[in-house]
Amino acid sequence: MSGLTEYKELAWQGLWKNNPGLVQLLGLCPLLAVTSTATNAIGLGVATLFVLICSNATVSLVRNWVPKEVRIPIFVLIIASFVTCVQLLMNAYTFVLYQSLGIFLPLIVTNCAIIGRAEAYASKNPIKQATFDGIMMGVGFLLVLFVLGALREILGQGTLFDGAHLLLGEWAHVLRIEFYHLDSQFLLAILPPGAFIAMGLLIAFKNAVDEKVAQAKPKKDVEEIERVRVNFDAS
Amino acid sequence: MAFWIAISPHNHIQKTTSALMRLVIYATIPGILAQWYFFGWGNLIHIFLATTTALVAEFFVLSLREKKIPQQIFDGSAVLTAVLLGVSLPALAPWWISVIGAAFAVVIVKQLYGGLGHNPFNPAMAGYVMLLISFPVQMTSWQPPLELMAHNLDFVNTLTMIFSGFTSEGFSLEQLKTHVDGYTMATPLDTVKTNLTLGLTISESMNNTVIGDHFGIGWEWINAAFFAGGIFLIYKKAIDWVTPFVFLFSLFVFTFISFMLSPDTSSSTMFHWLNGACMLGAFFILTDPVSGATSTKGRIVFAALAAFLVFIIRQYGGYPDAVAFSVLLCNMCAPLIDQYTRPRTYGHSESKGEGNA
Repeated sequence: MSGLTEYKELAWQGLWKNNPGLVQLLGLCPLLAVTSTATNAIGLGVATLFVLICSNATVSLVRNWVPKEVRIPIFVLIIASFVTCVQLLMNAYTFVLYQSLGIFLPLIVTNCAIIGRAEAYASKNPIKQATFDGIMMGVGFLLVLFVLGALREILGQGTLFDGAHLLLGEWAHVLRIEFYHLDSQFLLAILPPGAFIAMGLLIAFKNAVDEKVAQAKPKKDVEEIERVRVNFDAS
Repeated sequence: MAFWIAISPHNHIQKTTSALMRLVIYATIPGILAQWYFFGWGNLIHIFLATTTALVAEFFVLSLREKKIPQQIFDGSAVLTAVLLGVSLPALAPWWISVIGAAFAVVIVKQLYGGLGHNPFNPAMAGYVMLLISFPVQMTSWQPPLELMAHNLDFVNTLTMIFSGFTSEGFSLEQLKTHVDGYTMATPLDTVKTNLTLGLTISESMNNTVIGDHFGIGWEWINAAFFAGGIFLIYKKAIDWVTPFVFLFSLFVFTFISFMLSPDTSSSTMFHWLNGACMLGAFFILTDPVSGATSTKGRIVFAALAAFLVFIIRQYGGYPDAVAFSVLLCNMCAPLIDQYTRPRTYGHSESKGEGNA
């Protein structure tokens, strides 16, 4: 397979076809817990993206020296060190966001999406592809987090990017958009049940789009992709 | 719907879903009239709003799902859900409460799970709980009975109240809730709960204005009217008598024990029976054939569990009334209850039957 198509395929897999949030349903715990506002979602998404890129690259670098039997603990150690870096950085530079993300920041270590990529892709592929895969999977996860967070924030509070300055600095006050003013918040959208419902609707939407596209496209032979798909019990 | 088991020849009643739903809707009429008499037009307006929303939502989802719209939209289930939701809302809640609630009940709770007959939760109660969780302020602003209100609340005033938040004379809900003597009134269940935290005994609470001479002005009659409607349904064999009977009897047992142990902090059985959504829950909600248990033995467990939860939450919980929450919790348990209360197949002994199951 030529280099370019492989990267294209990786991007397509990470962003849509095998999206960690919508298709693999990995890392649902932080996904559902912190997406009450778009800012929180982006904060956690960027942290996850960073960890995913670094861990994929590192795992791919050391893949020939790691004994098969102890690979999982070593992957976890690698991921944990990057999570610690992110945590310390966010503690230093975005303290309020760090506080509102709370336990879910250190819990990135246990995010199945990350260890799933390390196990299924990075440990078997060279560093360039592994890093690219990390970027695409991370961006895919970030996008789902952002859409979910934006949906819930608009429904729950009627705003978008409320508190964006916590992540991006003082200038970001201007990003705050108020769609409509609510005297009382729509608490369901902000509480975890709303996250489950919104997530279900998102997945349904993705499946509906896929179905529509498949119906619209005439059948033709698709090039076989030699690629391991993460199955649900891999993590 | 009762689950009658009889030997052949089977003579079918030929009852359609829509006929059954219509019967249940008719049976709510006495209760709705009692609500109208004691609390004014609010609930009727909410029932109308909820019904309209439910039908529109049903139409929308059915057309998305490419189902037969004319048959399914008028099978009465959406209307019944809307009526039950409208009955249970606070009479002067803003209009969007019933709109959001009915849309949620029909779209999310009923249709997304597969439509009529596939919903694991009672749509009306799930919609109510969603509203209660999401909008606690609006959903707990219960209006006092008309006879205790200092201001006149006719149809136009109720309408402007629901749609704009103020009556045509410019009074807010807070002002309407205020008694002639200038203090805010709550429902009897709420009053008793608040008074207990203030250190008052039950018998002292019973002297409160909203309680009236018996168990709560208006509420006692509303519950009695729903009871009458429920008896009508049992007479028509639209519902099984086991569920409501076991529910009310278990509630009696729990409240009686509690009253014996601590009469100063436990309200009487009659107070529990005739307040809140007790009778509505017993005859109209718990008997839902879809989300409840199936066999008779299962229904006994189901109803007793519901009564236990109602008692526990009313007595010790943070919410004054508990029917909606306990119905949802029991709905969750229903498949498990069904699993362990399977009736013995005819011709199989108890032990053999279990082996085959």
